[in-house]
Amino acid sequence: MSAATTHAEQAEHDAHGIEIPHASYRDYTIGFVLSVILTAIPFGLVMTGTLSPAVTAVTILGLAVVQIVVHMIYFLHMSPKAEGGWSITSLIFTIIVVGIMLSGSLWVMSHLNANMMPQAHEETSQIP
Amino acid sequence: MSTDAVPSTSAAEPTFLFGKLGWNSLPHDPIVLSTMVVVIIGGIGLLALVTRYKLWGYLWKEWFTTVDHKKIGIMYMILGLVMFLRGFADAIMMRLQQVMAFGGSEGYLNAHHYDQIFTAHGVIMIFFVAMPFITGLMNYVVPLQIGARDVSFPFLNNFSFWMTTSGAVLTMASLFVGEFAATGWLAYPPLSGIAYSPSVGVDYYIWALQIAGVGTTLSGINLIVTILKMRAPGMGLMKMPVFTWTSLCANILIVASFPVLTAVLALLTLDRYVGTNFFTNDFGGSSMMYVNLIWIWGHPEVYILILPLFGVFSEVTSTFSGKKLFGYTSMVYATVVITILSYVVWLHHFFTMGSGASVNSFFGITTMVISIPTGAKLFNWLFTMYRGRIRYELPMMWTVAFMLTFTIGGMTGVLLAVPPADFVLHNSLFLIAHFHNVIIGGVLFGIFAAINYWWPKAFGFKLDPFWGKVSFWCWVPGFWVAFMPLYVLGLMGVTRRMRVFDDPSLQIWFAIAAVGALMIAAGIAAMLIQFAVSIWKREALAETTGDPWNGRTLEWATSSPPPDYNFAFTPRIHALDAWYDMKAAGVEHPAEGFKDIHMPSNTGAGVILAGISTVAGFALVWHIWWLAGLGMVGLIGAAIAHTFNYKRDFHIPASQVAETEKARLGQLQAAGA
Amino acid sequence: MSSITLPAGDDAPVYYEIDEHPHPEGHSTLLGFWIYLMSDCLIFAILFACYAVLGGNFAAGPGPKDLFDLTLIALNTAMLLFSSITYGFAMIAMQNRNLRHVQMWLAVTGLFGAAFLAIELYEFSHLIHIGATPQRSAFLSAFFTLVGTHGLHVTFGLIWLVTLIVQLGRHGLNPANQRRVACLSLFWHFLDVIWIGVFTFVYLMGML
Repeated sequence: MSAATTHAEQAEHDAHGIEIPHASYRDYTIGFVLSVILTAIPFGLVMTGTLSPAVTAVTILGLAVVQIVVHMIYFLHMSPKAEGGWSITSLIFTIIVVGIMLSGSLWVMSHLNANMMPQAHEETSQIP
Repeated sequence: MSTDAVPSTSAAEPTFLFGKLGWNSLPHDPIVLSTMVVVIIGGIGLLALVTRYKLWGYLWKEWFTTVDHKKIGIMYMILGLVMFLRGFADAIMMRLQQVMAFGGSEGYLNAHHYDQIFTAHGVIMIFFVAMPFITGLMNYVVPLQIGARDVSFPFLNNFSFWMTTSGAVLTMASLFVGEFAATGWLAYPPLSGIAYSPSVGVDYYIWALQIAGVGTTLSGINLIVTILKMRAPGMGLMKMPVFTWTSLCANILIVASFPVLTAVLALLTLDRYVGTNFFTNDFGGSSMMYVNLIWIWGHPEVYILILPLFGVFSEVTSTFSGKKLFGYTSMVYATVVITILSYVVWLHHFFTMGSGASVNSFFGITTMVISIPTGAKLFNWLFTMYRGRIRYELPMMWTVAFMLTFTIGGMTGVLLAVPPADFVLHNSLFLIAHFHNVIIGGVLFGIFAAINYWWPKAFGFKLDPFWGKVSFWCWVPGFWVAFMPLYVLGLMGVTRRMRVFDDPSLQIWFAIAAVGALMIAAGIAAMLIQFAVSIWKREALAETTGDPWNGRTLEWATSSPPPDYNFAFTPRIHALDAWYDMKAAGVEHPAEGFKDIHMPSNTGAGVILAGISTVAGFALVWHIWWLAGLGMVGLIGAAIAHTFNYKRDFHIPASQVAETEKARLGQLQAAGA
Repeated sequence: MSSITLPAGDDAPVYYEIDEHPHPEGHSTLLGFWIYLMSDCLIFAILFACYAVLGGNFAAGPGPKDLFDLTLIALNTAMLLFSSITYGFAMIAMQNRNLRHVQMWLAVTGLFGAAFLAIELYEFSHLIHIGATPQRSAFLSAFFTLVGTHGLHVTFGLIWLVTLIVQLGRHGLNPANQRRVACLSLFWHFLDVIWIGVFTFVYLMGML
């Protein structure tokens, strides 16, 4: 059984029925230890330069994503059951929109820069 | 290029006490100066009347501090209407200038003034007319439609309204103290940067929008959570009224796009105030990035404006055709698809900036695709009307006008979506005609339909049909006369935002457009008369059933106007068109068993926080640093103080509920319902 | 629940909730706050986008390799991570209805947060001192704004934290305060999530 489902089942209701997700030492400890590892490795890789820059880049980006997921599950108690499923739905929607905005901007701006920014080519110096 | 010297509105030497404010910040131009005098006199007169009739207590207690979504909705509508008159005044001024400025004449407006007018026109119409109107409609109607007593966060609702008003106040203040931005409504850098717009105009623009933007974003969160969490039992998502669906999607767009505006304006602010280099020409800045980011916000914004009105048209069409809406499921899916697609079309606003063929083709295709779900909606409305018993009351008239007008505007949009065509038509009057076509035909006609439709619910009497029809028949032909010439002019190559023209053959088209603008002015006057006459004749126009149009959704189950608590008992929903379902089943209003109803209390915190924001915004505009600092501290302090108030609710006793409901039942029986 | 409106039996449909169980007070708060956090995410996304697009524009000035001190950032990251777990302990204490421990763990969280800010302010002042000001280049404008906005959020979080400790002292763990502690928890952990993005994308990638 995944950690996420256990959390959902343990969601606690206070006297007035508000669902504040259940927190436990176990969750926070696991989250903390994983985060430490997932932070130490990227810092270590970059500071020691063990792998090539390209491989390091991919690795640390990947580990960052993993650590974010760890935070979501163990610290933020994210689960498909939270708030009737709306928490995770809104999170997924936000991730999609952020993805579109970031990738779209990078694509558009790199094309604009290529086409529109001044170039230091010899040919352009011949333009009257 | 104009060689008018631009008179400065900033003091020659900034002072500590007043920042850049100086005597020359007051108007020098005779038109603005005389406007200011009239407004001051009128304003004092209004304040005097309110004081004379001892209305301050009433206004404060019943309206300014209210957390009732219905009253807040009405206040939004009033704000929108007031700002609409200002925005339209700007439009008339532009039309007049453009028809005059031929054959060597410079017209009556110099370049600096004219540039501020078209900028203010756009900013006001989008941010302080259209947005308040749709927010007002959604605020008023959505809780009623879902069987709720209020929105999820009533205090935030009040706060959001006042923040929007604060932005409007700053924009209006710029007319008399200082100047407004002269950059166009989106304020592209480098023109809007500190180097090329050193005066306070762009700063007014920035702070007005940032403050109003906070209100809008919070309102978006409020309505999303309300719709997700406060629906009556039994109302699953696919049993929600279409207006509620379109409101949900519009608010999702708000929450997922306004932060972009906030961030971009903040970066422009840093460039202007701190000297950063995000959008400058040097030190590595890129003004193209501003254009990219602002349209990432700007495109979803126009869908924010139109989606709620699509919902209105669905409600009106089905009610006034006496038939359930054709294709409810496809309407919902079309709305959701439009919402998602609106995030992948933004580049069509700057095809000509130079991203090249591959990028332009992608966005051209997505732009054309997004017209498909809109087309699906139109067919659904038509199929709803088909074989219906159509009643051409004013809401339905406006809806038919929308169908005819908006369709043309939509088609010109698809034309503009083709990048090579756009290379010819970008920033021409063709573009201006297109977006006015869809915004007036879609948003404005929709608002007029909605006002005529829901006014009886809000006030207990209908709007006078005669003056409404006068307004309609001035507005609709007036719009066509005013904007079709602009399509012609655009195809002939005329650029937007032009003040003076050399080619005399163009003048006839501008003259026709000016006549159209006058027809629209008549339409607006007729609408104001409609409101006045209706209020005057409200007893004759009264309707006491709560359901004057034989409606299908829950808001028509309440009295007109509804009681503070909306529903004495929360309804339980069994089908789409819940009220229609209840009427068909012969359900009667319960006459006993009432309980105490839990309600949120009024609060002045929203007015105070927004008031401090206005002062802080003004101080930031004029570089009055001590006041700005005080304002920031005051904001944080007032917000914290508000959180120390834990007693924010009260109960309406069951006996009072019983009395209200008894009176209602009496009213219904008298009306023979 | 009986129907008072229609004749016939118990399976007749009910159209009004006579015995209403109203939504508990504040049942919308956590979802509302979560959605606000999603909107805040978008602000950071735009700042990241700016950093991605403009972050290579050094304008012949210093670049990341000239400026970033990874040891300092590692220390900073540790402060924030510790503050996350101490907030977690505050949440557990709240679950156990232990007011004093809640306040204590919140205060410890605040200290770690303040340490984070102090280190960051030290870093910024050093950069400015050596001429790497926000005005120097688009890269530096984007850097200071992205990292600074995160720091500003931490600052507001600390103000909120102090306010909450006071309010807990006054009203104890009443339902409203429990909701507030839960909301600040979401805020605080969210800031740590953003920081993961910052240290990875700005600092670590900058040194590659």
